[in-house]
Amino acid sequence: MRYPPGDLAIWIFILAELVVFAAFFAAYAFTRMNNVELFNEFQQQLDQRAALINTLALITSSYFVVRAVSAIREDNRRHCVVWLLAALAMGALFLIVKMGEYQHHFIVEGVSLSTNTFYMFYISLTFFHFMHVIMGMVILAAVVVMAAKGKYSAAEHTGVETGASYWHMVDLLWLIIFPLVYVMR
Amino acid sequence: MKYKSQSVAKLYFIAAIALFVAQILFGLIMGLQYVVGDFLFPTIPFNVARMVHTNTLIIWLLMAFMGAAYYLIPEEAETELFAPWLATLMFWIFLAAAGATVAGYLLFSYSDLAELTMNELLPTMGREFLEQPTITKIGIVVVVLAFLFNIGMTILKGRKTSINLIMLLGLVGLAVFFLFSFYNPVNVVRDKFYWWWVVHLWVEGVWELILGAMLAFVLIKVTGVDREVIEKWLYIVIAMVLITGLIGTGHHFYWIGTPDWWQWWGSIFSAMEPIPFFMMTVFAFNMVHKRRREHPNKVATLWALGTAVMAFLGAGVWGFLHTLSPVNYYTHGTQITAAHGHMAFYGAYVMISLAMISYAMPLLRGRNAANPAKSQVLEMWSFWLMTVSMVFITLFLTGAGILQSYLQRVSDNPMPFMVVQEQINLFYWLREIAGLVFLIGLVLYVASFFVGQNEPEAVVADR
Repeated sequence: MRYPPGDLAIWIFILAELVVFAAFFAAYAFTRMNNVELFNEFQQQLDQRAALINTLALITSSYFVVRAVSAIREDNRRHCVVWLLAALAMGALFLIVKMGEYQHHFIVEGVSLSTNTFYMFYISLTFFHFMHVIMGMVILAAVVVMAAKGKYSAAEHTGVETGASYWHMVDLLWLIIFPLVYVMR
Repeated sequence: MKYKSQSVAKLYFIAAIALFVAQILFGLIMGLQYVVGDFLFPTIPFNVARMVHTNTLIIWLLMAFMGAAYYLIPEEAETELFAPWLATLMFWIFLAAAGATVAGYLLFSYSDLAELTMNELLPTMGREFLEQPTITKIGIVVVVLAFLFNIGMTILKGRKTSINLIMLLGLVGLAVFFLFSFYNPVNVVRDKFYWWWVVHLWVEGVWELILGAMLAFVLIKVTGVDREVIEKWLYIVIAMVLITGLIGTGHHFYWIGTPDWWQWWGSIFSAMEPIPFFMMTVFAFNMVHKRRREHPNKVATLWALGTAVMAFLGAGVWGFLHTLSPVNYYTHGTQITAAHGHMAFYGAYVMISLAMISYAMPLLRGRNAANPAKSQVLEMWSFWLMTVSMVFITLFLTGAGILQSYLQRVSDNPMPFMVVQEQINLFYWLREIAGLVFLIGLVLYVASFFVGQNEPEAVVADR
């Protein structure tokens, strides 16, 4: 099997994306260091349960994507499409839960980027990630269309691996955001 | 040249080079005014020289982009231009408007020009880089709309390639964001905020798409590397440009009265703006390394590689120098900005335009592939003279900027602006000398179009 899986280009893109997030994480960490009390206080206001549901949703979706890749490696196009659709459904679940969270903070509580430094980071990090979930879903949807058209096979399925790699990155980032922003005290 | 209608590009390229010469002459005038304050006063005051220097730059780059589009879009689409006559007509309108505007700057006081052009009907004048009278701005919109229509229809009727689509996307973005030059709110914060939507979103947004498309086109031509490989790179670079560049606008919002979270957004996203430029450098060298043919037009390849390196240094590294808000707190609006501006514009947009001209012009003038060796060698000389002198201009201005930031803002006893200017006089003299070397390079560049005309063109065997 080729390494890395998928198109080399997506890996360069993934690395670049990770650098952007790393800068954000580092900024969060250093700012928190000087404002521990503020961060702890407002962290309590976040909906950890919703975030946990979202964590499970993304991990599950990543599992589904793995199944889709193994399906196409066995030349099973139909299963590949089905698993990808399941992953997309999990992505949609993430978006819905997240929007519920935003609705509570933005509309009910009236929080904005200017409320305080913690919320600035909370909104920036989660919203930037939110946009990446949408982007990942667009990529997966494109892969579904191609797969349904029968463009992939056991011999040639670079596209599936490419989409899967990007999706795993989206998942991985959330696995850092969840403890960093919602849980760690 | 594969399609007859591509020849319209030649007009645009010639006008671009002529305006380039004018730009540099006015740059030298104002460079001297930094140290000899009353030089040419009151005929050409500093503010006028500066306006002409920056405005001719923008206009000649637009000319070059349009020329490039008229050249590469038919070739990519594999069809004649939709309406060549329209392209020619728009050229003359654009040139006349540009000429009249510059003449207006030079012949009238700015306030008289505003009155003469009836600025009060739709006030848009008086903003840095967007000083053009409203009537000129409307002219630009008309020309650009006709241009977009022309190339859009060409793309529609022909082959749709990634290069064409990205070029079109960049040019449409250019048109859309220019519209914010008509929005002139009374509130000074809003005024500055949307002003950047033209200025930043052009050079750090949509223009980079144009740059990417032009670079990809030239690289496909001179390296013979598979289109698929080049297009893939192009997409990644473009995605990164958009992610970092759009929100990166925030690095202009630090001190103008916007909410303070822009300090974070601006710092983090704009700090990533060097990434796509770095990718472009890796991309260009990789493609040239993997080349499948030895193209006889060596100098076009040189410009293409040059732009990849200098754009990264000028836009990427020199931009990063002062993009973080805690640094920018001290460096804002100092000569550091000027240093960055010079190398970024030269590296990213001047060099890619010259790469395109260098590739296309021999073909437009009826050569098979390239200019004779003699003229290429002269053009290479001009490449090195202009590029090296630009590096020195940038270094001198950076030195001036560091000293200025320190004396004026960091030290325990900050000095007034004009006192500091005298302290950094030496750097301005050195910059002016480097500028003269740049002019020599430019003269050689123009000369390279005229030497060795009757000699046989350079040839290289295929690999």
